Amino acid sequence: MVAPLAAVALLLVLWELVVRVGIVAESNIPPASAALSELVNQFGDGAFWSAVGSTLEGWAAGLGIAIALGVPLGLLIGSSRWAYRGLRVPIEFLRPIPSVALIPLAVLIYGQGLQSKIFLAAFASFWPLLIQTIYGVQDVDPVATDTARSFGLGRGERMWRVTVPSAVPYIATGIRISSAVALILAVTAELVIGAAGLGREINVARSGGNLDVMYALIVATGLLGWVLNLATSAGERRVLHWHPSQRGVLT
Amino acid sequence: MALLEINGLGKTYGEGDGATHAIGDVSFSLDEREFVCVVGPSGCGKTTLLKCMSGLLEPTRGDVLLRGERVEGPPEAMALVFQEYSRSLLPWMSVRGNVVMPLRHKKLEKAEAARLVEEAVDAVGLTEFIDRYPWQLSGGMQQRVAIARALAYQPEILLMDEPFASVDAQTRGDLEDLILEVRDRYDMTILFVTHDIDESVYLSDRIVVLSPSPTEVREILDVPLPAPRDQVETKELPEFAHLRAHVYRLIKRRREAAEST
Amino acid sequence: MRPRTRRIAELAVEIAVPAAIVAVLFAWTAGKPTFYFPPLSDVFDRFANTWVFERFGSDAWPSLRRMGLGYAIAVLIAIAAGTALGSSATLRRATAPVVEFLRSIPPPALIPFAIVVIGIGDDMKVFIIAFVCLWPVLLNTIDGINGIDPTLRDTARVYGISGRDRLMRITLPAASPQIFAGMRLSLSLALILMVISEMVASTNGIGFFVLQSQRSFAIPEMWSGILLLGILGYLFNLAFMIIERRVLAWHRGARASSLG
Repeated sequence: MVAPLAAVALLLVLWELVVRVGIVAESNIPPASAALSELVNQFGDGAFWSAVGSTLEGWAAGLGIAIALGVPLGLLIGSSRWAYRGLRVPIEFLRPIPSVALIPLAVLIYGQGLQSKIFLAAFASFWPLLIQTIYGVQDVDPVATDTARSFGLGRGERMWRVTVPSAVPYIATGIRISSAVALILAVTAELVIGAAGLGREINVARSGGNLDVMYALIVATGLLGWVLNLATSAGERRVLHWHPSQRGVLT
Repeated sequence: MALLEINGLGKTYGEGDGATHAIGDVSFSLDEREFVCVVGPSGCGKTTLLKCMSGLLEPTRGDVLLRGERVEGPPEAMALVFQEYSRSLLPWMSVRGNVVMPLRHKKLEKAEAARLVEEAVDAVGLTEFIDRYPWQLSGGMQQRVAIARALAYQPEILLMDEPFASVDAQTRGDLEDLILEVRDRYDMTILFVTHDIDESVYLSDRIVVLSPSPTEVREILDVPLPAPRDQVETKELPEFAHLRAHVYRLIKRRREAAEST
Repeated sequence: MRPRTRRIAELAVEIAVPAAIVAVLFAWTAGKPTFYFPPLSDVFDRFANTWVFERFGSDAWPSLRRMGLGYAIAVLIAIAAGTALGSSATLRRATAPVVEFLRSIPPPALIPFAIVVIGIGDDMKVFIIAFVCLWPVLLNTIDGINGIDPTLRDTARVYGISGRDRLMRITLPAASPQIFAGMRLSLSLALILMVISEMVASTNGIGFFVLQSQRSFAIPEMWSGILLLGILGYLFNLAFMIIERRVLAWHRGARASSLG
């Protein structure tokens, strides 16, 4: 626990020194102390928290829509051989399309507000979820399916009692990946099209020359991303604890 | 002077109350061109002992002397064949690549290195598979590749850590005969660790029987069976049965003693 | 159904469904074109006029150059740093919080920072792309190096393999499946950040072109740019897969044999 704290402290001291000594111009980067005290200021500011709220709103709604669509579709496509073969190529083609390419389209259709942000976050985070769910369904142990069959479970019941539980670890991984993607797209939408949120505030601070604020907000955005990462990773570990892929990690 | 001497070797993991005494006190020696088997009950620290001897682990007490010089790290005069052939071979290299790998830093002529590699691969009977990848071969063949790699390295001492424990019985017999053949061809000293009593009697000139952990030497016995050994004839000899029973009792007695305490 | 017939039927489905989707889109946009969804034929037409090859040199090439440069820099730094961090537990523990924090920053949030410090030129875009691509490769390299089989380390020591030989022929190849997984993830990130950085501040590039087309209501042009980005994403992924299959042929072989 000592080494990591020392490393963080060292980095902050280094940041402070590099600026104070003049290796980096103060017009480019404020000293660490200035940025951090501004961050503390921001924590006491209502406008800051409403920006955080806006960003989280886009993240949550986008991720929620992606889960609501991606998981059921993934279950369907993954459990039907024909659907999978038919849709494999279209999925492979659509998946790598950078969702940010759709920013102009989103602006045209949804304007410059929350809706565009949600659309972009949902579109981008949909794919990892869909793909992970399909993998999960296809990775169900055939012995488990046959066992369920031999006990006379019907198709629907097999899906619910065997397929879905086996796919859950994959879905959890998909949610972790998609959560990060949704946050990136939410911030992007704020930055590029000016939807309300941390991304827009950062840009406003930059064009207004408020460097302390800009750096404080970038650090705050990083912290937000970090907290969301921690939360989703913890959720994933909880769901995955029985899965073989996690055993190596625990020992 | 013995080629390799192990003097009062001990290995303890950890300190204080939580310490594990893997090896208590082990001493024995190897003469040139000797085939010595180390046998002991499972979990008796055989692998730890071998790692100390090869310089991979530092012993807590005692030392290992190679021609009178203390072994500090893995010496060039030793090669080690691991039990887990599939993990010690490099899957991204062909058989040839694997065997030539340790020779790269030996500053040999290219032609000389190629000759050593081909000779070693021939000695284990894999010439026609020299350009295959290890994972394209069966388990027994993979272990032959590991043996060829050790042979091409031209060590004075070959250390083998339960090398045939993961192959089926048939292959195992073949590999046992192979290693005896190779020993004569390369004039090497071999230290062979195993938990298989038959194997130890069949292969060796001398057997070092170990106790359960913390390991000590229970007994060192000579194996005066005639050479060349033969899977059928040697194992039919009354001396073979006698030795086998003797070693078996040594190991079993130790286990019962350990269980009753 | 016999296996052979079944295989053919599956292949037919795999070709027919995508073809049908394109055909439906084509017919639907042709029959009922709206302002935002122009006929697909117009988009294809504009695509041919714009990207083959009138604007290729002025917009596509600068984009690809930035992306390639940023990606290459990131991969080199990440493998070097990942090797160092993967080999030392102390170094890894010490840097963990910094790495965790930096990689958690949603990358677009750093664009304003890069504009202030570096300016709005190509360097800023290359920096952003490199910064983003760094993390997946770095973390995967650390995992790969750290997870090398102890038997393999012992083997290298016993046979006196050290220094360059050990790094290039044992350590990096052993970690390469994971390094490749990271590189693949980074490749799609590179494309995304290329587009974003060009949308925020640029005077050329595909991202700039798409946003500019939308702002001037040149909708078929906008779609042609989106189409180009889709094709690029698909092609990059495909090219990467082909390279990975070749370089890691041993890995698939070894896995198949250990499972079978």
